[in-house]
Amino acid sequence: LAERTNLAGVRHILLVLSGKGGVGKSTISTELALALQNAGKRVGILDVDLCGPSIPRMLRVQDSAVHQCDSGWVPVFVGQDKAIALMSIGFLLERPDDAVVWRGPKKNALIKQFVTDVAWGDLDFLIVDTPPGTSDEHISTVEALRPYQLLGAVLVTTPQ
Amino acid sequence: ECPGTGSAQAGRAAACQGCPNQGMCAAGPDPAEAAELRTRLRAVRHTVLVLSGKGGVGKSTFSALLAHGLAADETKQVALLDIDICGPSIPKMMGLEGEQVHQSGSGWSPVYVEENLGVMSVGFLLSSPDDAVIWRGPKKNGLIKQFLRDVDWGEVDYLIVDTPPGTSDEHLSIVQYLSATHIDGAVIVTTPQEVSLQDVRKEINFCRKVKLPIIGVVENMSGFVCPKCKNESQIFPPTTGGAEKMCKNLNVSLLGKVPLDPQIGKSCDRGQSFLAEAPESPATLSYRNIIQRIQEYCEQHHFQEEKIM
Repeated sequence: LAERTNLAGVRHILLVLSGKGGVGKSTISTELALALQNAGKRVGILDVDLCGPSIPRMLRVQDSAVHQCDSGWVPVFVGQDKAIALMSIGFLLERPDDAVVWRGPKKNALIKQFVTDVAWGDLDFLIVDTPPGTSDEHISTVEALRPYQLLGAVLVTTPQ
Repeated sequence: ECPGTGSAQAGRAAACQGCPNQGMCAAGPDPAEAAELRTRLRAVRHTVLVLSGKGGVGKSTFSALLAHGLAADETKQVALLDIDICGPSIPKMMGLEGEQVHQSGSGWSPVYVEENLGVMSVGFLLSSPDDAVIWRGPKKNGLIKQFLRDVDWGEVDYLIVDTPPGTSDEHLSIVQYLSATHIDGAVIVTTPQEVSLQDVRKEINFCRKVKLPIIGVVENMSGFVCPKCKNESQIFPPTTGGAEKMCKNLNVSLLGKVPLDPQIGKSCDRGQSFLAEAPESPATLSYRNIIQRIQEYCEQHHFQEEKIM
């Protein structure tokens, strides 16, 4: 019996990476999602920047909370038509200024959950926004997404 | 709820059951290790951490210029330690790309820019500058410990530690390992926009959580003065009051604001000191004022410690 996983209805998964911080990964992820939605696509954003989650504020939902359903977490629906599904650790913090001071193993556990336990439903595109670097978050995200068809990565930089 | 990796309850609280980190938290700092680090770092008079929380705000740029600024006094010995393992910018900024680390009987030798300015970074350990260091936390922690334990820094007046963005392994480890000696404080770098301040507030809370004194905040990219018409533009508008408002709200010191100057990026790319290349720039004046304030903080801090002793 094939189990229907939470990512089974997602057609394309796209990673937004850089290596360098502050070049505009989250900005591009947000704009890409909005543009795709505008073009009539069903879009989701997964924000795996655990230390510095920027996407909620960029979509004006920094005060939202998340709920659970039978298949896992229900994403927050954002954008003009509330049609973009978003999951970010930003939603799990009690206070927005709380620092998530976790070592790798704990970050890895949450990322695995974010990848497999969010009830995304049917999406044309899932955009995964990442933190700077090439460490735990990146390794765990790619590992957790391996069974699924990754469209590819968009790399962001600035000129210097 | 996690009691916090730095707390006395770390690894022992009920909430710790099943956490993948439990073993490491419960083990705590190794006393033999702590003693070893204390010995190695006993000749370091002042330690300053440069933090942010947000990436790309100018931590490495500031660390490099702080090092250059302090080393301008030839009687002071300055050490710059780059613990950004994934994205080490310091070698390029200091004009040391391609340098390798040498071993001697007394440990690893820092790479010297000037006689009184030594640098250490993972960048010096890579065979090619494009090699990605794809390491999980524990391996990064191991290298940071080695940097502190095995580098023969010698007598140092100022140890400046440049960090990657975030509040994770590297930050926890450096605070933990340096608790064997003492840290004068942290300088926190930001840019004016709310997306940066959001992460910087977390960093300030991190400092408070681990009892790391905050020397103050530096606001980079604070306005741009056109060299032709001399008009000032806000490239990153402080939509929520910038660092000034944040510092007031959180009761931390604003060390200064540094305007955007395209020469800064150019000097960094070329491995030259911006302060030396553009002595007349308003950004240079800001940097110099900030560096002086940091120096004063450290001297005063030391004086107070001696009084207590």
